[in-house]
Amino acid sequence: MSVEAKTMEERQAALKGLGSSRKRVEDARFTQGKGNYVDDIKMPDMLFGDFVRSQHAHARVLSIDTSAALALPGVVAVLTAKDLEPLGLHWMPTLAGDKQMVLADGKVLFQGQEVAFVIAEDRYIAADATDLVVVKYEELPVLVDPFKAELDDAPILREDIADATEGAHGPRRHPNHIFTWEQGEKESTEAILSSAPVVAEEMVYYHRTHPCPLETCGAVASMDKVNGKLTLWGTFQAPHVVRTVASLLSGIAEHNIRVVSPDIGGGFGNKVGVYPGYVCAIVASIVTGQPVKWVEDRMENLTSTAFARDYWMQGKIAATAEGKILGLWCHTTADHGAFDACADPTKYPAGFMNICTGSYDIPTAYLAVDGIYTNKAPGGVAYRCSFRVTEAAYFIERMIEVLAIRLNMDAAELRSINFIGKDQFPYHSALGWEYDSGDYHTAWNKALEAVDYKGLRAEQSAQVAKFKAGETRSLMGIGLCHFTEIVGAGPVKNCDILGMGMFDSCEIRIHPTGSAIARLGTISQGQGHATTFAQILATEIGIPADDITIEEGDTDTAPYGLGTYGSRSTPVAGAATAMAGRKIRAKAQMIAAYLLEVHDNDVEWEVDRFIVKGAPERFKTMKEIAFASYTQAIPGVEPGLEAVSYYDPPNMTYPFGAYICVMDIDVDTGVAGIRSFYALDDCGTRINPMIIEGQVHGGLTEALAIALGQEIAYDELGNVKTGSLMDFFIPTSWETPNYQTDFTETPSPHHPIGAKGVGESPNVGGVPAFSNAINDAFKPFGLTHTQMPHDHWRIWKTANELGLHD
Amino acid sequence: MIPGRFEYHQPDSLAAAVGLLSELGEDARVIAGGHSLIPMMKLRLAMPEHLVDLKAIDTLKHINVADGVVRIGAMTTQAELIGSAELQLAAPIVKETSLQIADPQIRYQGTIGGNVANGDPGNDMPALMQALDASFTLHGPGGARDVKARDFYEAAYFTARDDLEILTEVSFPTCTGGYAYEKQKRKIGDYATAAAAVLLTKAADGSCSHAAIALTNLADTPVFCDAASTHLMQSGVSADSIAHAVQSCISDIEPVEDNRGPAEFKKHAAAIILKRSLETAWSRA
Ligand SMILES: Cc1cc2nc3c(=O)[nH]c(=O)nc-3n(C[C@H](O)[C@H](O)[C@H](O)COP(=O)(O)OP(=O)(O)OC[C@H]3O[C@@H](n4cnc5c(N)ncnc54)[C@H](O)[C@@H]3O)c2cc1C
Repeated sequence: MSVEAKTMEERQAALKGLGSSRKRVEDARFTQGKGNYVDDIKMPDMLFGDFVRSQHAHARVLSIDTSAALALPGVVAVLTAKDLEPLGLHWMPTLAGDKQMVLADGKVLFQGQEVAFVIAEDRYIAADATDLVVVKYEELPVLVDPFKAELDDAPILREDIADATEGAHGPRRHPNHIFTWEQGEKESTEAILSSAPVVAEEMVYYHRTHPCPLETCGAVASMDKVNGKLTLWGTFQAPHVVRTVASLLSGIAEHNIRVVSPDIGGGFGNKVGVYPGYVCAIVASIVTGQPVKWVEDRMENLTSTAFARDYWMQGKIAATAEGKILGLWCHTTADHGAFDACADPTKYPAGFMNICTGSYDIPTAYLAVDGIYTNKAPGGVAYRCSFRVTEAAYFIERMIEVLAIRLNMDAAELRSINFIGKDQFPYHSALGWEYDSGDYHTAWNKALEAVDYKGLRAEQSAQVAKFKAGETRSLMGIGLCHFTEIVGAGPVKNCDILGMGMFDSCEIRIHPTGSAIARLGTISQGQGHATTFAQILATEIGIPADDITIEEGDTDTAPYGLGTYGSRSTPVAGAATAMAGRKIRAKAQMIAAYLLEVHDNDVEWEVDRFIVKGAPERFKTMKEIAFASYTQAIPGVEPGLEAVSYYDPPNMTYPFGAYICVMDIDVDTGVAGIRSFYALDDCGTRINPMIIEGQVHGGLTEALAIALGQEIAYDELGNVKTGSLMDFFIPTSWETPNYQTDFTETPSPHHPIGAKGVGESPNVGGVPAFSNAINDAFKPFGLTHTQMPHDHWRIWKTANELGLHD
Repeated sequence: MIPGRFEYHQPDSLAAAVGLLSELGEDARVIAGGHSLIPMMKLRLAMPEHLVDLKAIDTLKHINVADGVVRIGAMTTQAELIGSAELQLAAPIVKETSLQIADPQIRYQGTIGGNVANGDPGNDMPALMQALDASFTLHGPGGARDVKARDFYEAAYFTARDDLEILTEVSFPTCTGGYAYEKQKRKIGDYATAAAAVLLTKAADGSCSHAAIALTNLADTPVFCDAASTHLMQSGVSADSIAHAVQSCISDIEPVEDNRGPAEFKKHAAAIILKRSLETAWSRA
């Protein structure tokens, strides 16, 4: 009696389903050092690989002498492009339709490029041997500035495709040009620009940075020559895609390849692509018949595996004198480095950059993106973002500020009068998207009120007056941002990676005693999937989240999926989970009706059970139903209780948010202190508020890093200047402010539970908020725009150029 | 970031350590907390064949204050400097400086001896030691000698210490006047963009009876600003003399461009940091 005496609310709470701030089930393991990462894998006879890398940014490889390395005791083999060529593996396809050298084939194109792969009995011998490989180079002129790529004297980087006038994304106009991607209406936008009362222009640079996950990239490959099976453990954000690619490249049948992503220590886009280290580990294992481990170190991670951003965005925005935006024009020069290895859906060579109209109702717009080769590392991944949304959001949120200055109008007000109205959804943007839902005005007004925006502006004016009177050397900046994300890629009709449609999947098995396991095609890298997906299911099928195991990452057991990035897990795999849960419930309904001896339609769902309509005292819990499904012969119903769902989302989801940052800037030292940060997120239905808050804190801290100093910088010879954590800025708790989080809840109309995804919003919206605060502080002294990253010396330089040190 | 091969030695007496260094010659390096040496080994910028670890030598771990002199054993960690109540009374600037070095984890390992012997212009202790007019005791095969901190630093990573010598102790007069260590850095765990150690003692009549200024990471060695220190003692501390002292110090430095910014910026930041440091020290004097 005791259990059943619970009220409906108590039963609901016991599920720890949607809306519960359930503690992360992963953390007990992680906080005790009991995670199992790639580098924790140890196997008998395991060998270790290490790369000989190029110190030059552009050079011809004249010769490679491996004899001294091979003579070192403990060295098993040294692979060069010549060894991979007979297998056709000296180059590999990239996710962006280009190809990339696995090992230097005749030349090197960036500092840190993989030249030879040493395989040895221990990690130290491998490192020693890399020093013994003698590579003779002939240095070539280096191209680091994408704006010089098409000058007459520019060196030609990609000799392999120098004559190809057609690339994966259409015509190429120069050997260093990769593609031009155009969206929207060029002519009408330019017509508006030439007739509009007000036009503001700016070059907005989103500098090159790097996702820099705590755990670097790595793999262990083990080829079992007896049964012909290849097992590959690796830091893969998309294990199933890796399996398919490995099969296509190696010729090993796909059922003979098992790819496992064990625990992953952060991905942030860095672990989406396929890297030479993976390919070399596989080849090395096939050649030696022994397991081979390759794990890159921190400097290798920063300098050779995928970077992010590096977009030069030339913008023009047209408006009426009253501030109503009439048109937006953007030309982006995208620095892709030596190979186009962006991780974007195939049809989107510049990702979702065409979300750059942001939260605003902009009737006419045009976007062109030119991809350019330079002597830098390849990449261009979505660092905690959905395919270039960060760049798009930064662009529009800077352009709005620039326009506000031009109009001499308050930037909060300018946003407000241009927001897409609540009743305009679903909204068709000028650059081709259908925004599913939103209520921007409500969120914006809530944010302005929460921070006392008017009061802040008054305080700022007083501060400027004091500064001008010589009473202070500190300035105050108010950074505004209203961003709109586009996540959850995506509908198979227009989203694929290497041809694989971007659906995702969930497979559920209910055990006889009423607990369950669910497997998904995604893979957590710290997002807490084991916690939140169990919550989705708990609400759908009435089994407590604590009784549901979530498993991901092993391609031999998990259903096929496209993996985790672009905030797609909840929008796509989360939807698959809910749909699979509903299939379970449909079958459970038939079983319940049979057990209760009524018609199927005479029972209805209530929290964790089916009840007889109108007679709630007659019921069967999901637990009882599960047991019956395994123990009773039910006419017309198969035994067992399992379901699979492959979910093809009808549309993207469009989370949004309103962020406001207040900074105090020391004009003399360039030190910027963050006084407060208010973050309102609307991610639709909130599955686990605590996890959302954690995701927001993490994303904002990465945004802070990017805005205030985190960069991959090159000198004019193509040397990486920021290749270690001494110079690559990772904030500590000390640099991280208190964040004030808030929310509104506008469910997605097309997602089964209305959820939109949240992990990336804070990075997308955070960067403009931080950057706008810096820019805003200097606005009273005539500044329109200053480029990121806003480290001490660049802030100082801005102040200096404005004459504030005179 | 994988170091080369090395042999590891852990002598338990100073004599044994000095003996080992003499025997192994230039292929050997002393290791203390390892937090400067190991990163260099991982980059293979340092490839010692032998590491002589000093951690088992008990006589190198102490903080003594007697007769107006502070003596600190080389193997005393930065965390121990921060935790010492005796030191806080005898020379509070040591704690203020130590708290601005790296982060707590590093300070549990890093030692005062390693920090001053290292010779990296980014280290914070050397300028502090110059301001305190400290002496370093060095033990070599030929016995012991003392070298003044102000004479110890020759160029980046070059010091007056002979390869076969071990730095055993740091000593300086107690210092209870006004003090400040101001440091601008990009984040916790970063070396200084500019930092200034300042000691100012106010006499009963309000004049400045003692002044010492030294700067960190603004040249290839720490910079002791003799002229500026003397000027403050002669002219007293005022807005004018502070401005003059700052001017004088800035002409003594030669910062180089790095990822923190160009020399021009560093000079400007150094002047600001120094001015603040002087003002704070005088306010505490
Ligand atoms: C991330 C990071 C940030 C840091 N930030 C700062 C900072 O902001 N400010 C700062 O000052 N330091 C900083 N450090 C350095 C840190 O304080 C080191 O611990 C210190 O510089 C060296 O002390 P150690 O005991 O670790 O010496 P080790 O690394 O063991 O030795 C350093 C050098 O000194 C020699 N040596 C050591 N002890 C002796 C001895 N007794 N006699 C002779 N030679 C000796 C060694 O042979 C070696 O050449 C940082 C270090 C790291 C890793």
